[in-house]
Amino acid sequence: MALRFVCDGQLVELDDVAPGDTVLDFMRGRAGKTGTKEGCGEGDCGACTVLVGTPLAREDRLIWRAVNACIQFLPMLHGKAVLTVNGLGTGLNPLQQTMACNGASQCGFCTPGFVMSLHGRAIGAVGADLPVGDVLAGNLCRCTGYGPLLDAGAQHAQLAQDDAALLALLRQVAVAGPACGQARLPDGGTARWFIPDSADALATLLAQYPEARIVAGATDVGLWVTKKLIDLETVIFVGDVAELGTIAETDQGLTIGGAVRYADAHAALARLSPDLGELVRRIGGLQVRNAGTIGGNIANGSPIGDGPPALIALGAMLTLRSVRGRRTMPLDDFFIAYGQQDRSPDEFVESLFIPRPGPQDIIHISKLSKRFDSDISAVCGAFCLRVEQGVITAARVAFGGMAATPRRAHQAEATLTGAPFAAETIAAAAEAIRSDFAPLSDVRGSAAYRLEAAGNLVWRLWHQAQGLPVRVQEVAHG
Amino acid sequence: MADTLTRPPAGPVVGMGQRHDSAHLHVAGQARYIDDEPELPGLLHLAFGTSTKARAQIVAMDLAAVRAAPGVVAVYTAGDIPGANDVSPVAGDDRLLAQDEVVWLGQPVFLVAATSRRAARQAARLGKITYAAQEPILTVEQARATQSLIEPTQRMARGDAAAALAAAPHHLAGQLTMGGQDHFYLEGQIALARPLEDGQIHVLSSTQHPSEVQHLVAHLLGRSSADVTVEVRRMGGAFGGKESQAALYAAAAALVVHHTGRPAKFRADRDDDMVQTGKRHDFVVDYEVGFDGEGQIEGLQLRLASRCGATVDLSPAINDRAMFHADNCYFLPAVEIVSERLKTNMVSATAFRGFGGPQGMLAIERVMDAVAGHLGRDPLAVRVANLYGPGRDVTPYGMVVADNIAPDLIARLRAEAGYDERQAAVARFNAASPILKKGLALTPVKFGISFTTTHLNQAGALLHVYADGSIQINHGGTEMGQGLYTKVAQVVAQAFGVGLDQVRITATRTDKVPNTSATAASSGADLNGMAALDAAQTIRWRLAEFCARTFGGAAQDVVFADGQVSAGGETIPWPVLCRRAHMARISLSSTGFYATPDLHYDRAAHQGQPFYYFAYGAALVEVVIDTLTGEHRVLAADILHDCGRSLNPAIDKGQIEGGFIQGQGWLTSEELVWNDEGALLTHAPSTYKIPTANDRPVRLTVALWDGANHRPTIHRSKAVGEPPFMLANAVFSALGAAIAACNPAAGWPTLDAPATPERILAALARQRGTAS
Repeated sequence: MALRFVCDGQLVELDDVAPGDTVLDFMRGRAGKTGTKEGCGEGDCGACTVLVGTPLAREDRLIWRAVNACIQFLPMLHGKAVLTVNGLGTGLNPLQQTMACNGASQCGFCTPGFVMSLHGRAIGAVGADLPVGDVLAGNLCRCTGYGPLLDAGAQHAQLAQDDAALLALLRQVAVAGPACGQARLPDGGTARWFIPDSADALATLLAQYPEARIVAGATDVGLWVTKKLIDLETVIFVGDVAELGTIAETDQGLTIGGAVRYADAHAALARLSPDLGELVRRIGGLQVRNAGTIGGNIANGSPIGDGPPALIALGAMLTLRSVRGRRTMPLDDFFIAYGQQDRSPDEFVESLFIPRPGPQDIIHISKLSKRFDSDISAVCGAFCLRVEQGVITAARVAFGGMAATPRRAHQAEATLTGAPFAAETIAAAAEAIRSDFAPLSDVRGSAAYRLEAAGNLVWRLWHQAQGLPVRVQEVAHG
Repeated sequence: MADTLTRPPAGPVVGMGQRHDSAHLHVAGQARYIDDEPELPGLLHLAFGTSTKARAQIVAMDLAAVRAAPGVVAVYTAGDIPGANDVSPVAGDDRLLAQDEVVWLGQPVFLVAATSRRAARQAARLGKITYAAQEPILTVEQARATQSLIEPTQRMARGDAAAALAAAPHHLAGQLTMGGQDHFYLEGQIALARPLEDGQIHVLSSTQHPSEVQHLVAHLLGRSSADVTVEVRRMGGAFGGKESQAALYAAAAALVVHHTGRPAKFRADRDDDMVQTGKRHDFVVDYEVGFDGEGQIEGLQLRLASRCGATVDLSPAINDRAMFHADNCYFLPAVEIVSERLKTNMVSATAFRGFGGPQGMLAIERVMDAVAGHLGRDPLAVRVANLYGPGRDVTPYGMVVADNIAPDLIARLRAEAGYDERQAAVARFNAASPILKKGLALTPVKFGISFTTTHLNQAGALLHVYADGSIQINHGGTEMGQGLYTKVAQVVAQAFGVGLDQVRITATRTDKVPNTSATAASSGADLNGMAALDAAQTIRWRLAEFCARTFGGAAQDVVFADGQVSAGGETIPWPVLCRRAHMARISLSSTGFYATPDLHYDRAAHQGQPFYYFAYGAALVEVVIDTLTGEHRVLAADILHDCGRSLNPAIDKGQIEGGFIQGQGWLTSEELVWNDEGALLTHAPSTYKIPTANDRPVRLTVALWDGANHRPTIHRSKAVGEPPFMLANAVFSALGAAIAACNPAAGWPTLDAPATPERILAALARQRGTAS
């Protein structure tokens, strides 16, 4: 079965596609579209930014997302349209015109990626409501200092985009339904991939191929291919299983499908808790949030994944599914040890439920890293304290970056629970956190820093509750 | 010759803010970089197998699995190099492939050529190398203890610093450590070589130094320079990282072409690039300073120690430049600067924008802050008290500061950016804010312009005027985004009185202009602009004489302006003149040449005049820190910078902003971490954090100092590539001020760079006396 998608307005049909073939290599190689650049090959610089348009059911438009082509796999484009800088047309559009004239490029190598991020924002791609700086935080420029790029984005917040022709082309190839393909690997073996079209089909496939690698956004597995140079053999792509892509918002809380992208859940999570929204804003660049899923962030079990500590503190429940049925567990129980999670090979993350905090709940989430945007936590701390008549009646505290898994701070929780919401309690809890964990030293921070800063986060929560400014991002300049 | 070399005021082309010549191509994805060239049939892709030890003898190499891997065509080791196994700029000590020993972890040991890049990279990981490992020398302490040096320790001194220190009313001693920096050019290292007839070879190399790549490739293959042509149209960023480091990849590609007769491309993976190529030198500075009650320095002893890595590379000149800039704008009456160049088993540190200048300058700025902290004075008052001035105008290396605009420039920025009011506002903010603290600092920059290796200060150009009036200019400078091609084209267009659209800029090639210097030391426009002007004036004079013969009048009265030429009462369009001159058999092609005058330096004594002039600037920066987490934000930066009479204000402002942000990254978020075995752990953008758009100061203003260069440079402009980088020193001082605000009685904080949240939090603990 051929892989079909529309590339810069042209229908592309490909056989012999391996699951680990990247969109960037296809663009620069077979397609000869060299406008899209490789800067890092790991989704951290944005030089390879392209826009991917997914048809919306029963709507005459595409939903566009800026993604890093270097860690997107070709099968993920099946049934979609992709737009590269080479496809923006002859002549320059007004955005490009401004960028050409205002000094937005110096060496020019990162420029196509910036053009595509800003073009996406201008045509209403996911994240278009964000400030320009947040849209560009996943694009690195080493020359300009970013001023003209930000200005160009601010000037061109809207550009026309007509999806009709693309939709017509996509409908013509009729790619609805499941898909699969295979290719020969360099060592003579066979690599194959599947795109199930329902959760049932996914469960069946996993039962059949328990060795298969589940790939949602590929922001992690992409690096196995580009950096570890692993040739993927059997891959099931779950990013477009409709049932896994839903968000249900109720008074009780949020139910998020296992394949919901961070960018798509951003607004709902921010409504649940502004701190959670800010945390999500700082996960990767927009390109990464446009690909990476909350389910994937949980299932890969990273000790420094940003989502899990916050979700654990909020009391999230995880539902796994297989042909054998469903299992629901508190998210903290999912993480057993480093690299070990409570998931059988035939199970997948179906959904996550996050209870809505009540009016008495104080939610505080802090991520500490060397850089605010698009960085990985040295420490990520999350607190959910229920304060009733000056007493902490319930406390959930969880940290990332402090142990081999995202983990609760049980001693701190015990110290807080039942104690008055007062400075003495905060001091005791800060000390308790320091005995809750024995973190490692690594490139992101020393054990000593992690311990001190983690304890200080309780103080940050306290001072914030007293109305003091505690975040440097909120300070005005003189 | 009727022309003077400089013709102030600037005309209609020079001095305008023309956009970068490739901007319309950049934004359309149509600007072609080396990896965008259509791939030739039979192209081979390359990867290095690298050492896993920092210091070891190679006992045995088993490369059978590498050779047997799918797609592999050939595998080479040092023994396969027909000529010199050398890719070094000066000292002859950088190996293309390790020979018998490895001296740093990640050093190339063997070279794989395969039918795809992925196949080459996969195969390169299959080599089995047996080592006899030795204890590597990694730290400053280890290198000092064993006196592991790349050259003898250097000393630059004036007067008796020790005696002056002893006699001064106040004393301070301290230490400052500053980290290195990865260039993080967005286009990684790349070279594409292809065979020509009769053993000749053509190399596309992303290099700042095509001539050096040419010479090294020729030497490596045992051929002459005339057999090798190196070409570069543009680099996707360089910042010094492609001055000497590009040769490694070009030499590898050339070696494969030599053996296989097939074209070969080496495009380094980002992680491999960061491991395999050099970075900015990290420094440890120890100072002892004596000063009076106003903070004026009476004696200073400064020890600058840098880890140079395993080979010499450009480290002598870089460390010299650190010494040259350890005065910055300040007069040091009695001074001793000792510079240790430590040899360590790490990738050799190399050129990076500022070339040692930032490290030397940050050292003296720390001294200023520490003196102010000790006396409880405003740091800017201490800085002003120490500025060069009448009777206090000779540098530690014996050069008179003849163009000292720093006092006026600082005063203007102080007034216009409201330093004093804002300092008061910051104090009010801090009094009311227990958790968040602000800091404000104004620091100046004085940067010496010229290669301190005198013979490098030369450049050539080749200029053709075609019979249709179009012009092609070529010169030895390379374009890495800095806008050099645009500036030189402006110079040429103005010389002929034509529009910029008449001038086609062509790729830098060693077969057009030979024996060039690297595009480095901020000198690109100074040198190549002058060489291009020289060529243009030669042709213009020929045309003027032709006009005088044809139309009457004197040659020196011929006017070239607005696309027309006027002589003897006649005015004809430029293209018509070119056609007629061609018919009259006038040569319309010329080379041009320039050598910077008035430079001399006695390196043994560290005395002389190494610089043609100085470029100045100053920045006022406001920051806020979080005393609970060590996080910070740069709130505002106001910059006033000296480009002389700017050739192109738009491009110069781009250099200033970009340089500032790059400097901010060096001093804040960009941290290089090595482990105890000598392995670099931060070799990707996931772990090495350059600034993003959201790290730009909330408010950033840039103004240009409007004054001509006192030297007759090209249109009286000044170099702008490196100097703005050091404007970011104000970020570091402002962070120090914010920490100091938590306990001013403790003096200036001992903050090291980069000022990560961890370092700021640790400095806060020391400041408050609560460090564990």
